[in-house]
Amino acid sequence: MNLVTVENLTIRYGANTVLRHVDMAIKPGEIVTIVGPNGSGKTSLLRAIIGAAKPAEGQVIRKPGLRIGYVPQKLHIDPTLPISVARFMRLTHRVSPRDCAAALQTAGVPDLPERQMSQLSGGQFQRVLLAHALINRPDLLLLDEATQGLDQPGSAAFYRQIEDVRRETGCAILMVSHELHVVMSASDRVICLNGHVCCEGSPAVVASAPEYRALFGTGTGGALALYRHDHDHDHDHCEDPKEAAE
Amino acid sequence: MLDDFMMRATLAGIGVAFAAAPLGCFVVWRRMAYFGDATAHAAILGVALSLAFQMSIFAGALVVALLMAFAVTLLSQRGYAMDTLLGVMAHSSLAFGLVAVSFLSGIRIDLMAYLFGDILAVSRSDLLVIWGGAALVVALVAWRWSQLLTGTLNEELAYASGFDPRREQLILTVSLAVTVAVAIKVVGVLLIAAMLIIPAAAARSLARSPESMAVSAAAIGTVATVVGLRAAYILDTPAGPSIVCVAAIIFAGLSLFGLSAQRRT
Repeated sequence: MNLVTVENLTIRYGANTVLRHVDMAIKPGEIVTIVGPNGSGKTSLLRAIIGAAKPAEGQVIRKPGLRIGYVPQKLHIDPTLPISVARFMRLTHRVSPRDCAAALQTAGVPDLPERQMSQLSGGQFQRVLLAHALINRPDLLLLDEATQGLDQPGSAAFYRQIEDVRRETGCAILMVSHELHVVMSASDRVICLNGHVCCEGSPAVVASAPEYRALFGTGTGGALALYRHDHDHDHDHCEDPKEAAE
Repeated sequence: MLDDFMMRATLAGIGVAFAAAPLGCFVVWRRMAYFGDATAHAAILGVALSLAFQMSIFAGALVVALLMAFAVTLLSQRGYAMDTLLGVMAHSSLAFGLVAVSFLSGIRIDLMAYLFGDILAVSRSDLLVIWGGAALVVALVAWRWSQLLTGTLNEELAYASGFDPRREQLILTVSLAVTVAVAIKVVGVLLIAAMLIIPAAAARSLARSPESMAVSAAAIGTVATVVGLRAAYILDTPAGPSIVCVAAIIFAGLSLFGLSAQRRT
């Protein structure tokens, strides 16, 4: 059974229709990436899946008892709010210190539980958010532009962590990202969104689809080139001399 | 020892401090400092109405404060900026309240008593209302603590955990209205916001967790009440403002202490 099935979903904010007749589904254990330009309704789709946005038409069917882990796009903690990493981990679920330590380990930040959230670096902060999302042993992990504010090595490391998480926990992952090349190499399936589903399929299929090219281009700056770049290391376009020599 | 009225005043102040402490923390964390003002000023309108219709002051203030709180919550979800909205509501409701009071020519009201409170005139039944209201507020906030905290940090996180952050905000709003209504007699309309915000803000430099911040805020509010009333007794100063002054001095002291501690580490 699908973890989440989205049927004919339409979402409006006032007179503004952000999503039109979207159909999609997430199966257990798969990594699905949603790509799309700004304002294409990516975040709205995620909000609808967690129940934060009400459908104007259509419906979102969640598997009964589905556990969702959610990593928000941006989490602002007001400086007046003192909260340690360990306390943040217990925010929405009662957990034992051992489970808390295990989740922090899985997310790649094992040594921080006593630190205040305000003292974390951007990368550490995102990993703690990831750890918090994992603590309830979710069936489905949702990530909304989770690497915003990280530099390129930082976000690449973060996505490698995500693949490790899937391998270790077997949870399905639905993520929204604009970092097409990094994300697409890690995905089983890509959904290209622009108010509606433009195209959908394996990363290679989507990258060569005309709808996708119309949105993201095919030039050297385009995602197709970047995507290929990640997989073909036999040309000399590489910063790392050792890798270029191989 | 203390005269009986001093004892009642102290207990009333502590009751308000207890209810205000956890709420004040949320008000500070969510940056809705003017929410206290808005509901409090609305309460003046409530006082006027209750005098006109000969209801209890507490009931009148509570009803109008609740209406105000609902209106603000509803409008803020319609996309108005919170600070603008609160500014409009706070000042216009105070103005409407004062105008409404002026229509009550038949009754002579000491408006100052409602603006600045009269903690020394607290009766046994007032004490019952204050402690009843405070207990209700503390119980509500303690019951929904985790959810309120999650909703304060991030709404989507709240939805993903399976609850509606708007409902939690409503709980916060209702608690604020109740606190304002019970606190009118103690510190008065103009100083309620101070009792909400100053102890919570002062507690920030002591606290390492949200819970310890709420507890510290309650402790600071209690100390401010006891010391402020004592000072008012000795120096013959107005009681409510004296309490707020002591709270402000504690805030200044702790902030300086926090700054110097930060510099040392």
